[in-house]
Amino acid sequence: MSTTAPELLRVHELHAKAVEGDNDILRGFSLTVREGEVHAIMGPNGSGKSTLANTLLASPAYEVTSGTVVYKGDDISDVSTTERAKRGIFLGFQYPQEISGVSVLQFLRQALSARKGIDLSILELRLAAMDWMKRLGMDSKFVDRHLNQGFSGGEKKRNEIMQMAMLEPDLAILDETDSGLDIDALRIVAKGIREVRAARPQLSIVLITHYQRLLDEVKPDFVHVLVDGRIVATGGMELAERLEKSGYDSFRSERV
Amino acid sequence: MPALASIVLPTAEEELWRYSRIDALELAAYSLGSLTTTVSGDESVVSRESRLALTDVSSEPGDAFETLHEEEVGRQSTGGARDGGAVRVATSRGQVVATPIVIMHAARESGVLSFPSLEVDAAENSEVTVVERFTSSVGCRSLLVPMVKIRAAQSARVTYVAINELSRDTWLIGYQRASGERDSSISSSTIALGGDYSRVRAGVRLVGQGASAKQIALYFADGQQMHDFRTLQDHAAPRTRSDLLFKGAVRDTAKSVYTGLIKIRDNAEKSEAFQTNRNLTLSSGAWAESVPNLEIETNDVKCSHASTVGPIDDEQRFYLESRGIRPEVAERLVVFGFFADVIDRLPAAAQPDVLRRKVGEKLTAAATAGTGATTGARS
Repeated sequence: MSTTAPELLRVHELHAKAVEGDNDILRGFSLTVREGEVHAIMGPNGSGKSTLANTLLASPAYEVTSGTVVYKGDDISDVSTTERAKRGIFLGFQYPQEISGVSVLQFLRQALSARKGIDLSILELRLAAMDWMKRLGMDSKFVDRHLNQGFSGGEKKRNEIMQMAMLEPDLAILDETDSGLDIDALRIVAKGIREVRAARPQLSIVLITHYQRLLDEVKPDFVHVLVDGRIVATGGMELAERLEKSGYDSFRSERV
Repeated sequence: MPALASIVLPTAEEELWRYSRIDALELAAYSLGSLTTTVSGDESVVSRESRLALTDVSSEPGDAFETLHEEEVGRQSTGGARDGGAVRVATSRGQVVATPIVIMHAARESGVLSFPSLEVDAAENSEVTVVERFTSSVGCRSLLVPMVKIRAAQSARVTYVAINELSRDTWLIGYQRASGERDSSISSSTIALGGDYSRVRAGVRLVGQGASAKQIALYFADGQQMHDFRTLQDHAAPRTRSDLLFKGAVRDTAKSVYTGLIKIRDNAEKSEAFQTNRNLTLSSGAWAESVPNLEIETNDVKCSHASTVGPIDDEQRFYLESRGIRPEVAERLVVFGFFADVIDRLPAAAQPDVLRRKVGEKLTAAATAGTGATTGARS
């Protein structure tokens, strides 16, 4: 890891709240991510993990109250969700949406056309998806099913990783991709993440998680501890191990 | 027929006309006339006469417009009127009519009240498909009161498709009355994209053991349009089966209403009845209402109904937009997805591909008109 790699994302003193809520959930969150880095953000329930993931994609359910988000040198505060995605930010959802009547293939075609400006035929798309489905241990009929409908938890998460692989983002934010997965499914997903990284080493990843187990599989360069809407500690894997042993309580006391 | 101005119309105060635009109707503004009607398909099964009475196919008492319709059809047949008179499709025992009979009605003049009348009388073990298409020219402020009567004799298979492609100025108050005898099957589909106010009262009555009926509708109203449906699934024999799927979308300030009744009579044991109505409101100014009802007089039946009205889920939009899909494309995907199961279940005679294109055109027209539907739904 070289600290001279160009800066991709700089979040500075970000405050954000749910549109429906009164109080800020993110309270002075700051983070800098350089090209090719993997950052893990660990935090207890209610610490602001999902608010962070959603805010970085300009979800209409959240509102930034102050602070800045600079991506590839541009302040993207006023940039729409669609445009952020086109510029290469990807969110792997904790709860991917089910959309009836729309096949995975139809969806991928629209997404690829938007992200990369290429209109693949259904056949070309099927071939491109086939490769990743194989790597992620998915049945080839998968892409003909309706988007996330009737998918198991593991299938939904693998579908997110497949999209990340095919859309070739520059920054991937993975929101609790490990939650609800059994150990086999977790390993498949982790292997998928490693393969995407191997194929595109310049990809930066922000892994948002509650537990250490995904981090054992996808070694992050940095581990940050998120408590009450801000980072209270930054380090390496030793931080994750400390969390696993003694929980988040020991970090709450470190707050200023 | 008495002078139109002297006819007493129902009002929206009456349960049957609740939510309707009946109060806006002035019959005095119309004069009796006819449409241009053309029929294509196997001529040997088509004639211009009427032999079925409303009571042959419907268990409900006729409402004001059904009564007017019956009187007018009766007058035309005694007067020997041929053009514009009733169309009758009648099969003989065991006959399979290979290609659909297609009836096209075109309204061109304003101020005309017409009673297009169709009957499908399918003899034992015969099979026939009939498509009825309603069109009118732009600016044509007329009122159509069509009625189709369907009688399926034992083991007959009848497929009927009504397509409303009326212009935005035309009114339609229509009736579909179907009756199925032992082991018959009736499929009745309605596609409503057109009209100003258009209402369809669609009832199936299953009077013979093992009879089945499938009712499907796809409707999409925009601008000031209103689509109004009243359905009845009447089970009057054992082991009968009915399955209804109505799906609609409204945008701009359009409205839609669905009111449906499943009625299982005391002799209809071991019957199955399903009713699903789903509505998508695509603009904050659009309005849809869904009123399902059940009336079950016997045990040992299987019944279900489901009804929903709501906008596109914000989280669905966000998911699609987070993949770079533009808001209007995301909306299109969700709307097509919403209609996918109903389009899949339509018979081939309804030309699903043409329908997909027309739904797409309607979405595109609305998007380019800058109706603000997307922001409206998200505000």
